[in-house]
Amino acid sequence: MLAYIIRRLLYALPILVGVNLITFALFFVVNTPDDMARMQLGVKRVTPEAIDRWKAERGYDKPLFFNDAASGSAMLSETIFFSKSVRMFVGDFGRAEDGRDIAREIVTRMGPSLAIALPTFIIGLLVSVSLALLLTFFRATYLDFWGVVLCVAMMSISGLFYIIGGQYLISKLWKLVPISGYGGGLDAWKFVILPVLIGVVSGIGSSTRWYRTIFIEEIARDYVRTARAKGLAEAAVLFRHVLRNALIPILTGVVVVIPLLFMGSLLTESFFGIPGLGSYTIDAINAQDFAVVRAMVFIGSLLYIVGLILTDLSYTFVDPRIRFN
Amino acid sequence: MSGTVLVGTGGGRLRWAAATHGHPVRDKLPPMPRFRRALLSIVALLLCACGSEQNDPYPRAERGRNILYAAFTERPKHLDPVQSYTEDEITFTAQIYEPPLQYHYLKRPYTLIPLTSEAVPVPRYFDASGRELPADAPAAAIAVSVYEIRIRPGIRYQPHPAFALDAAGEPLYRASDREQLRGIETLSDFAQSGSRELVADDYIYEIKRLAHPRLHSPIFSMMAERIVGLRELGAALQEEAKKLPTGAWIDLDRFPLAGVSRVDRHTYRVSLHGKYPQFVYWLAMPFFAPVPREVDRFYHQPGMAEKNLTLDWYPVGTGPFMLAQNNPNSRMVLERNPNFHGETYPCEGDPGDAAAGLLADCGKPLPFIEQAVYAREKESIPYWNKFLQGYYDASGISSDSFDQAVRLAVGGDVQLTDEMRDKGISLLTSVRASIFYMGFNMLDPVVGGLGEQATKLRQALSIAIDQEEFISIFMNGRGIPATSPLPPGIFGYVEGHEGINPVVYDWVDGRAQRKPLAEARRLLAEAGWPNGRNAGSGEPLVLNLDTTTGGMGEKSRLDWLTRQFARLDIQLVVRSTDFNRFQEKIRKGAVQLYYLGWNADYPDPENFLFLLAGSEGKVAKAGENASNYANPEFDRLFEQMKNLESEGPRGAERLAIIRQAIALLQHDAPWIYGFHPKSYTLGQVWLRNRKPTDVGNNILKYQRIDVAERQRLRQEWNRPVLWPLALLAALLLALVLPAAIGYRRRERGTAR
Repeated sequence: MLAYIIRRLLYALPILVGVNLITFALFFVVNTPDDMARMQLGVKRVTPEAIDRWKAERGYDKPLFFNDAASGSAMLSETIFFSKSVRMFVGDFGRAEDGRDIAREIVTRMGPSLAIALPTFIIGLLVSVSLALLLTFFRATYLDFWGVVLCVAMMSISGLFYIIGGQYLISKLWKLVPISGYGGGLDAWKFVILPVLIGVVSGIGSSTRWYRTIFIEEIARDYVRTARAKGLAEAAVLFRHVLRNALIPILTGVVVVIPLLFMGSLLTESFFGIPGLGSYTIDAINAQDFAVVRAMVFIGSLLYIVGLILTDLSYTFVDPRIRFN
Repeated sequence: MSGTVLVGTGGGRLRWAAATHGHPVRDKLPPMPRFRRALLSIVALLLCACGSEQNDPYPRAERGRNILYAAFTERPKHLDPVQSYTEDEITFTAQIYEPPLQYHYLKRPYTLIPLTSEAVPVPRYFDASGRELPADAPAAAIAVSVYEIRIRPGIRYQPHPAFALDAAGEPLYRASDREQLRGIETLSDFAQSGSRELVADDYIYEIKRLAHPRLHSPIFSMMAERIVGLRELGAALQEEAKKLPTGAWIDLDRFPLAGVSRVDRHTYRVSLHGKYPQFVYWLAMPFFAPVPREVDRFYHQPGMAEKNLTLDWYPVGTGPFMLAQNNPNSRMVLERNPNFHGETYPCEGDPGDAAAGLLADCGKPLPFIEQAVYAREKESIPYWNKFLQGYYDASGISSDSFDQAVRLAVGGDVQLTDEMRDKGISLLTSVRASIFYMGFNMLDPVVGGLGEQATKLRQALSIAIDQEEFISIFMNGRGIPATSPLPPGIFGYVEGHEGINPVVYDWVDGRAQRKPLAEARRLLAEAGWPNGRNAGSGEPLVLNLDTTTGGMGEKSRLDWLTRQFARLDIQLVVRSTDFNRFQEKIRKGAVQLYYLGWNADYPDPENFLFLLAGSEGKVAKAGENASNYANPEFDRLFEQMKNLESEGPRGAERLAIIRQAIALLQHDAPWIYGFHPKSYTLGQVWLRNRKPTDVGNNILKYQRIDVAERQRLRQEWNRPVLWPLALLAALLLALVLPAAIGYRRRERGTAR
């Protein structure tokens, strides 16, 4: 298995280089280093000399990909792409364009992001799987029918509607929790409860419907009939047998997102004033802060690759027949 | 469940108790299934959470404290006074740093008064040979202006580790390296702090920092033209920076600045090239606030920047407040500076201020509040709702909440809605020292130039675009039509008949009335475009408007604008682009029409009229004149005007020149003068001493809060509503029960 993991990690390297290359190209198609300098220096009373100084100080005065003026390997290394990319592969994200340490910001903001994303993920998973099993149990009844109708309705509603509606009802009308904000320590719960609740409710429709489909497919298999024939209670059949055997498709969709929980949610964090990584990314895009955008995309890609590897590994735990050799 | 009640235990918390004996109910309850017990626990937890003000976003420990609560939308980029320039930043920096001057809080027009200085400096003028000239000497004869500023003795800095000294009197934390900084994450982690007196050298040090090549001060280029020797200092520092590693400290004391000198411990002189009466306004901005050398050195020690321990993150000043917490992602806290030198609330103001209660605190020591907490609110809906719940002390009015906050009464007066009045919320309105305009590129062959035909075309368009309608439809009436670049409150702005733009308005029945469209059509025909077609070729007139892609409502605004042009049979092509491309087009002069705005740096007509000075041409000089308007007559008047003071014997002369210049601008119409926006702010009933101000930013010290009233009203407004929880529980039960019954029935049923 170790060899498998190492091999997968090695495969990840060219993927990360590619992602970095695409991010770089897309960013600089839209923004030039001059634009970045103007964004940082402001629009009032900025002179061309100030822009040139800003670019030179941060290494944005070099060519993007290829340096004609240099010779040898410097033709590639004396470029913005090379100088800005290489350090990331050794975990050095450098500084944001406003001078602040990116790694430090990421570490600081990871906590608030996780405080929302982790409970939303766990509770959402439990609720959706339970509801899907319930619908499976009552398959082909009115409960199942209306349950699916409700799921379709819920998944058709925009996430923004849940957020604004939830804030309006629970915080504004009923005054049960703060509308937005974030606090550390023991105060955190009252800020977390509403975004988590809204996150769970908004995700129920699609995930319950997806899990129900998996369970319905699974429940038609021979071993389920055998289990029932043995006289097992339906709950035991569902939880001990169906759920366990349906785990592979569930894990495929679930494990891969676990590492990405660190990245936070753009919309939720923005509306609830959560100082997490989602809002960090949005702020960086708005501020044309290439250093931060590049770092966040890089970390996102890395976490996604880790998630894929974890997904593969999780298969071996739920299905002993799967081996990586 | 019978025999139990919910008993309050104070502080909004509840516990289960036996109704009869007061023993914990858990002992008496019969064993119950795990599921039911868990459900009960959840309900209990939810109910426990529902005491008074459960939606209070602030820590319980802050209740009843003299804290002002406000919000900010954009995180400040810079808190270093040499870099900070935007409104988001100056909200904080103006409370911390103290430049020599400030604006009187109540007097209008805006009046400069001393802050840390003993008096508003009066310049002395010298000719090229160094001979002193009289105050009314012609500007051309003045080679150097000298401002001598005397700082009041005894002013001390806020506590800061940079000022901590060891037994030998040396800075305690001067030798810090990365190892020594282990365990230190914020300034409060330093065990020792100190303070010292403010001296003239601190102001001189900051002026030198304007030229620091790594700080990129936005006003360096402009000030390098003014302050003697600043450009040379910038060049010397640039050379020095090349020799040093990135981030290394440059000791600015080693580099002389010819135009700035220390007279004594509390006095310094600034020498300017020529005459520049507007310099005193800059002395009221954080760019000219003091920065102690040891603080700069402290922050440049190895390892500091990696921990965001920089002057840009943790400002150090002598002002009434100091930044106690800086988390611009979530919350920034200003705390009263224990070393504040003391200042009292003003006893003079405008007529009407006394009646408005703005002089009630006359002579009382400032600041009134002990802390100001700023929470970041990116979205307007949560911000607005928290204001309504009493968790913010003041708020602006976004378009989303406009109808909920105010209504337009008969006659166009703005009134608060009943909901706001019931809460005791007050409304403050003021016309901002800003202008939004549609500019013509004067280099464009169709709309540009000072020729008669192009001028008439611009005049026709100025009449046709109905600014009053625009303000009414798209700004909820929050603005007044502009007749020139100068907004109300700025010297040279004239109200009434004499103030109208005669090209666009007639004075009818005591009010300005936009000229009829027929007049615009006549001008258009005289411009060579009768009915929007070229008089010679018959080609239709097509004009291009460059604009940035806006948010919601942008399309309807542009559609409205297209219809305004269509009234003259002119086709408008809107070229939306992102802000970067838009700026690039402006720089290159590759636009025909464009939209821009300007907020005043200081309340002087020069700060608006320079936007049309030939010396500021965007294409030729990379200046701020985006229209590239260049009229020698206007430039002559502008030069005369900018070298005169508004007060004093030559004020009338200055006013006359401004009127001439404005008349020229109204005739030439390089802009369609759009509107001056009105700011509407709401304040809670417990917030006192609020007066709108555009240029004075150090206003936090004047704010006062009736804490008891706030606490009482917050409790009244935020009683939790519990019945939805019961309803929710009932609904859940209604869903779960049939499922459970169905499950049991199915499990117990016979196979079919």
